[in-house]
Amino acid sequence: MNAITKSALLAALFITGAAAALWAVNVRGEVDVNAPLSDSPSTPALIERGAYLARAGNCMGCHSARGGQQYAGGRAIDTPFGAVYTPNLTPDNATGLGAWNASHFYRALHNGRSRDGHLLNPVFPYTNYTLVTREDSDALFAFLKSLPAASSPPLPNGLRFPYNLQASLAVWRALYFSPGKSGPDTSTGPAAVMQPQQTAQWRRGAYLVNGVGHCSACHTARNALGGEDVSNNLGGGLIAVQNWYAPSLVSPHEAGTAAWTTEETVRLLKTGVAREASIGGPMAEVVQGGTQYLTDQDLSAMAVYLKSLPQDNRPSQKIAALPSATITTQGALLYEQHCAQCHGVDGKGQRLADIAGPAGGTMAYPALAGNRAVTMPQTANLVQVVLNGGYPASTAGNPRPFGMPPFVLLLSDDDIAAVLTHIRSAWGNQAALVSPLDVNRIRAKQADGF
Amino acid sequence: MLCSFFIRSLAMLALTGIAAAQTPPSVFRDDIAQRVQACTACHGSQGRAAADGYYPRLAGKPAGYLYNQLLGFKAGRRHYGLMTQLVDPLSDAYLLEIAQYFSQIEAPYPAAQRSTASTDVLARGRVLVMQGDRARNVPACVQCHGQAMTGVLPAIPGLLGLPRDYVNAQLGAWRTGQRRAQAPDCMKAVVARLSDADIFAASSWLSAQAVPTDAHPVAQRPALAPGALAVECGTAALPVATRGQP
Repeated sequence: MNAITKSALLAALFITGAAAALWAVNVRGEVDVNAPLSDSPSTPALIERGAYLARAGNCMGCHSARGGQQYAGGRAIDTPFGAVYTPNLTPDNATGLGAWNASHFYRALHNGRSRDGHLLNPVFPYTNYTLVTREDSDALFAFLKSLPAASSPPLPNGLRFPYNLQASLAVWRALYFSPGKSGPDTSTGPAAVMQPQQTAQWRRGAYLVNGVGHCSACHTARNALGGEDVSNNLGGGLIAVQNWYAPSLVSPHEAGTAAWTTEETVRLLKTGVAREASIGGPMAEVVQGGTQYLTDQDLSAMAVYLKSLPQDNRPSQKIAALPSATITTQGALLYEQHCAQCHGVDGKGQRLADIAGPAGGTMAYPALAGNRAVTMPQTANLVQVVLNGGYPASTAGNPRPFGMPPFVLLLSDDDIAAVLTHIRSAWGNQAALVSPLDVNRIRAKQADGF
Repeated sequence: MLCSFFIRSLAMLALTGIAAAQTPPSVFRDDIAQRVQACTACHGSQGRAAADGYYPRLAGKPAGYLYNQLLGFKAGRRHYGLMTQLVDPLSDAYLLEIAQYFSQIEAPYPAAQRSTASTDVLARGRVLVMQGDRARNVPACVQCHGQAMTGVLPAIPGLLGLPRDYVNAQLGAWRTGQRRAQAPDCMKAVVARLSDADIFAASSWLSAQAVPTDAHPVAQRPALAPGALAVECGTAALPVATRGQP
């Protein structure tokens, strides 16, 4: 045996070994789909519980195409690696979940593996759903089975090489996924859902936030391979391609709620507006299709959990440069012309006098003075809102929201940068300036979407 | 630099002048007019249409028509990113309220456009609008949009007071599938039978007509002319909570 053959054999052995290890990592803790199922019939109560959980995860939001039947899939989820089209969750035999059983469904949630055995793309957040209990999985499955079947064939995903390969997914999973837990094993991290020393309310909150609610899918930063930065769970993340920033839920400078009452957090998630904040962008979809339907009890649990998270007390960003006098003048002038009518010359916004008491006053137009959404370091959302305007979601608690007009056709990049710089430095706000380039990056990226 | 800033400031002052003339009083009111300021920024004060001819008039159009369009943006039957993302978070009941608000606004219409089209083209346009083209199964516009072309309640829009380019753009969008309506999409079927020259003739003639003194949509379609084909069009059901209310 010569040296070349020997090295070739060794290499082959190594590759086989690595593949076997990768395979082992990918099947660990896997649900046995051939185990006999309990034949307890689906009951209206089970279906109702499943419908509620489907709201908690807003499954419909991703699994419905614009104008298509609800839950029939077909919506493109854009990722930096290409688009993934959501599959049909209705019980259609050929194109949906018709041929699935409850174990197949639980394995998809728990292990990220489809009925036919192929690995699912983690754009389906099974990194969170792996925490969902078997009972809840069965309820969700019973609900989905109760939907009217729609024929909606799966669309081939638009992932680029090598992200379209099962082998790539296997490697990704070895790096970023382990069934039954997600994130670091700390006392407050996602793996702590079952922490016995915590109250039942706290555990329920942790379960909803980290499991079916999959908040970290947006609110945790992702690395270049799309893995979540588990060392900074819920620490804020830029939503790729959409260019919205899901603010940190643990920073007092962003959307942390440590200083909030649980009632305020509940109100925000239930109605889309609270005393100090209102919800726009992709989160409006979450409120509209999801959190507004949750019980006060569950929302309180989520609020209690979020409030308890260790806060990221790093100081807010340092101001590197002050705006020039020209920019300051331009920004103030633009503000007076286009913004002051609703947000007030003093940046205090406008409230309705409809709810009495210190927590009262539904927000019509948000205050900009002291508003963390205005002063947080990431400015993508500010640019989005000025370019495109928008309404908060219509909810039972805020059925007729007030809206902001789009300025994309009226204001240049320079104008928007100036007016944003103004609102980030007026009325005691102390945040870094916004450059025309910051505006242009977002304007240019959305141009093809319109 | 200083000079360009000066010019920009002047331009902004000019813009402010326009804005001041268009916007309602700056006192905040907890009403629907206040809530639709996100709409009137582009569609003009009171939804009278923007000066550029691109953002159409909303004022006085039948509520059912406006409601159908709002739902159309949500459901992907109409495509304009800014509109879609504005209406996406809003409930059907709220969209209906917005549609009803604009439908009830009484605001003056712009003067008819002066057409540069030839007399032959305008004559062809008039024939298409008033009589249609039997040979090609094209119904007269007035058969559905009303003899005075001011629209028919609850959901058929008027055809006058619209810029020619807007009408061209809508009919063209129907042809390419860019604009659709609820099934059965009657306009799709009609537009499919029109040539580019027909569309241009009809839009040229329509935009050159003055809006009548009574511009309100009428209660029902005119009686079907002998031999004319009935046209059936889809429309949205009202939101559950408001069904049965006037």
